[in-house]
Parts: sequence; C-alpha cells; structure tokens
Amino acid sequence: MPVQIDPIETDRISVQRAKKSASRPKKSLGVSPRVLSFTAIAAAIVLWFVVTTLGWVDPQFFPSPQSVWSAFINILQNGYKGQSLIAHIGSSMRRLLLAFVMSFSLAVPLGLASGYFKPVQAVLDPFIEFYRPLPPLAYYTLIVIWLGIDDESKVALLFLAGFAPLYIAMVAGVRRVPRDRINAALSLGSSQWQVFTQVVFPSCLPELFTGLRTALGFMYTTLVAAEMVAARSGIGWMVLDASKFLRSDIIFVGILIMGVIAIAIDLGLRWLQNYYLPWVGRE
Amino acid sequence: MLIGSSKKFRRADFASVVISEIMTVHSSARTDIAVPYDDSAGDTLIALNDIDLVYDLDGPQPFPALEAIDLNLNQGDFICAIGPSGCGKTSLLRVLAGYERPTHGVVSVDGRPHTKPDSEVGVVFQQPNLFPWLTIEKNVNFGPRMKGIDAHERRQRVSYFLEMVSLIDAAKKLPHQLSGGMKQRAAIARALAADPKVILMDEPFGALDAFTRESMQMSLHEIWTKTGKTIFFITHDVEEALLLSNRIILMYPNPGRIVEDIANPFSAMLSDTAPSDLRVSRDFIEMREYLVRRIKESGEY
Ligand SMILES: Nc1ncnc2c1ncn2[C@@H]1O[C@H](COP(=O)(O)OP(=O)(O)OP(=O)(O)O)[C@@H](O)[C@H]1O
Ligand SMILES: [Mg+2]
Repeated sequence: MPVQIDPIETDRISVQRAKKSASRPKKSLGVSPRVLSFTAIAAAIVLWFVVTTLGWVDPQFFPSPQSVWSAFINILQNGYKGQSLIAHIGSSMRRLLLAFVMSFSLAVPLGLASGYFKPVQAVLDPFIEFYRPLPPLAYYTLIVIWLGIDDESKVALLFLAGFAPLYIAMVAGVRRVPRDRINAALSLGSSQWQVFTQVVFPSCLPELFTGLRTALGFMYTTLVAAEMVAARSGIGWMVLDASKFLRSDIIFVGILIMGVIAIAIDLGLRWLQNYYLPWVGRE
Repeated sequence: MLIGSSKKFRRADFASVVISEIMTVHSSARTDIAVPYDDSAGDTLIALNDIDLVYDLDGPQPFPALEAIDLNLNQGDFICAIGPSGCGKTSLLRVLAGYERPTHGVVSVDGRPHTKPDSEVGVVFQQPNLFPWLTIEKNVNFGPRMKGIDAHERRQRVSYFLEMVSLIDAAKKLPHQLSGGMKQRAAIARALAADPKVILMDEPFGALDAFTRESMQMSLHEIWTKTGKTIFFITHDVEEALLLSNRIILMYPNPGRIVEDIANPFSAMLSDTAPSDLRVSRDFIEMREYLVRRIKESGEY
C-alpha cells in the first residue's frame, strides 16, 4: 500500500512555513533592515537639528535644517541666477540623457561585436584600455578646447565616461555565455545570426543592466565635476557658484538634490531589472 | 497481478535460454548472457566510422579520449551507453552532436557527413540548460521557431509536447520557477519539438531523486514507444540502461573504446511489465550483475 500524501495538506503546511520564515529575516535583532535604515536617517536628521540649534557649529559653514529648507523653497520659487531650479536640474539631466543614449547605442553593439568576434576586440581594445583609466577631467580640458564650454563638450565627456564601463560589461557578458547554451541553440536549428540575436544578446542582459548602472554612476560623478569646471547652468554649477558666495545652505540643497536624483536613477534601473529579468541569479 | 508477473518471469526465463544457446555458438569468451547486438537488422541512421578524438592535440599532453569507434545507430533504436567515469561517454555524445570535431573518422547522419551541430541531432544535457529568460512554452517553441514553422502549427506542436511531458500547467512559468524534474522534462519536450532525427541524452536524470527518476524513466520510455525516435542515452546506472534501452554499449577508458555492444533482452517486456516486477526477476538481476562486474573490471588500469 503506497503512502498517500494529500497534496492540499502539504501545500498548506509549506505555505505556513514559508510565511513564518519570510517574516523573520536571518540574523537580526527582530527589526527589519528597512526600519533600521529609516531610523538611522531620522537619527542623523535629529542630530543635525540638535547640533545646529544648540549653536555648536558656525551656521556659515554648517547651516541648520530649517535654513536649508527655506533656501530650497526660495530656489524652488525664484530660481537660481536667472533660471528656475527645474531648469537647472533639467539641463543637467539633458546632458546626462544625451550622453547616455550615445554611449548606449555605441557601447552595446560594439561590446557585443567585440565579445563575439575576436578581431573586432583586437582593434578596439587598445584604445579603450588606454583612455579608460585616465581621470576624465584630464582630457576634459582638451575637449573644451575642441568643443567649447557649451553642452557639446560636456556631452562628449559624459559619453566617454559611460562608454568604457558599458562596453567592458558587454564584452564580459558575451564571454560568459555558457558554451552549451549556444550548442543547445545550434542543435535546435538556429543559424549563427539567430544564435547572436536570440541567445547571446538575451544572455548578456544581466551584464547589460550591471553595466548601465556602473556607467550611469561614472557619468553622474563626471557630470557634476564637468559642470563645476565650465558651465553656466546645471545643478553642479549651482553648487560651485554658491560656494563662491559662501552660501552653504544652497550648497546643501544642491548636494541633497544630486544625491536624491542618483538614488532615484539607480532604484529605477534596479526596478526595471527585477521587472524584466526576474530570472537573473536563479538560473 | 501476481499471475501476470509470473507469466512474464517464464517469458524471461525462456529468453535467457535462447540467449545462452546463441552465446555458446558465437562467443565463448563472454559469460553466456550477453548477446551481441546485430546492427545489420535495421536501417542505419547514424554511422560512426573509425572515430578518434584527441583532446589538446597540439598541446603538451594530448589526451586520447576516443579511439577507433565504429558504431551504427539504427532508426528507432534506444541505445544506452554505460561505462566507468571518464571512459568517454560524454566525448562520444559531443562528437555525435557535432560539438567536438573528431581527430579522425567521419560521423554521418542519413548518409550525409555531420560536422556541425544542427537540428537533425537533438541534445538533452545533464543540466536542463533551458533558456532562462523564456517561459517553458517559449523554450519548447524555440526549435520550431528557428526552423520558421508557421505560428499555427507551432502552437499545436508546443501544446502536444507539453502535454506529453505533463507540463501544460507550467507553460507560462520561467525555468527557475520549476523543480529539477520539471525542468528536465521541459528540456526533453524542447528537444522533441524541434523534431530531430535522433536525440542524444547525457545522464539527463542524474541529478534527480529516486522517485522522480523512476517516473521520468517511465515517461521517457513511453515517449520513445509513442514517437519511435532514435535515442542515444548515457547513464552510469546499469539498471536504468536495462529499463530503457533495446541496445547497450559498454565503454572502457584509456583510450575510450566500445567493449560490448549487446541487445537488451528485456526491451520487449518493458512496455507491459512494471519496472518493479522486472527488477526482481532472476534474469534481470543476473544481467545487471554481469554488467556491473564488467564495468568494475575496467578499473584495473
Ligand atoms: N575538453 C577536454 N579537454 C581535455 N580532456 C578532456 C576534455 N573533456 C574530457 N576530457 C577527458 O576525456 C576523458 C573522457 O571524458 P568524458 O567526459 O567523455 O567521460 P565520461 O565517460 O562522460 O565520464 P562521466 O561518466 O564522469 O561523465 C576524461 O579522462 C576527461 O578527463
Ligand atoms: Mg559524462
């Protein structure tokens, strides 16, 4: 007589178990990490309040939360040096977006081609390996001489900053496609081109997303630096300009805005990855 | 039930008597239970002619993985390859699939040389090796889509093969949401849906637990009887070989070669005898012991 296992019964038990273990994260003090993070942030803000209201620091150098908030409201309503806050953020984002589109549309196909065809890599690699470790601001001067201090030079600089990490991620992605995955596709009747578009490219999507996040990180830091050197608009320029007048409240506003935007971009990419590539890391 | 199985026992006894008679005539060196397989009886689908495979041929230490392999696989055969670890079973499969280029000799499928992987030779790997970004039904759909079959027929094929491996309910799931056994069944359905002339399987059930394994063996055997596909199946499990195949080849290492090529005397009984009954029959045990001993004998190198 075989042992009868009631599927509904086992289902119920396993669901209960799953719920139990899900509500209790590993190695914790009984508090979820998210709550801990928010508590830490709140504590930092409270500390900021206390330190500034008790007058322990010079408000010239370290403004209070209230004055940062009112500077923010002021800039939001009246703009900064003739342009609204949205326009400053907008011009930064426009540069970022343009450069991003350019490096994406060049680095992805070139990286795929390099990973797939050795000769392409042999031609491209020396140049990329040479400029990649250079500090962007070193060749920025040259780009400014060539393209002027308007947006063209900034977009070009950001493009270079984003191109290398994305390209390298794509090459690595192609290299990491399991040989037998390609063999399986060939045995299912794929042509070489179909293998490339239907198997190699989708296999590289996780690396593409990682590459995008790294590239955007590089581009973002470069953007702020670029705007600080030669610009008349943008969020980076606003911070540098404010520093000339010792307006630390405005510097704070600018830095906080930059941070929030960076986090939002990264969260957005992570969300896209989880939504479109739920299989990553679970193959 | 009891009556039925005892009948089968008698049939098996009878088979072994016939077998031993043939054996004494043809080969006195072997123990009397292994009957050589006669490949001239069927239509040759795949022919291996004097195949050598040497890994790292130009390297400091070339390694002869296969030597002088001559093998004809007939249309509709279920061939199991057994042998000790490292004897070249996977190497032989990769040569058959076109993944490795033999150092010497030719592989031909249907009389034409087969040098690159293509849809005539399907493969089921030891790991399911599904495309992780495609749902199960899209994985099964992959082969037909590559071949440019029209959408209507593709849909029919996909649901036919999903039905065959009982995965209709999992059609819309991604591979990582399936259990190991389900993934392996999906991989089999994917290989079948591409309609190859032969399917090569490399220990496809190796990673499964005993229960899943047995039910997979039964469904694979049923699929074979239903479709009449030619199957080349690697296993290190002698019992599995006896429960699935109609022909068993035994390989020895150093260099990898075929030392036995025998007809599975139980193949005719597989469709109407439960594996659990077959397993306890005397002939089955004898045959299994014989093959296990032959595998162990190779270990003297
Ligand atoms: N790519 C390779 N390069 C060099 N040697 C290899 C390579 N692949 C396999 N070999 C060697 O060839 C021999 C046969 O390997 P193969 O994988 O065919 O054995 P197998 O019979 O499938 O073993 P197992 O049952 O363990 O899977 C082994 O000694 C192995 O070390
Ligand atoms: Mg193997």
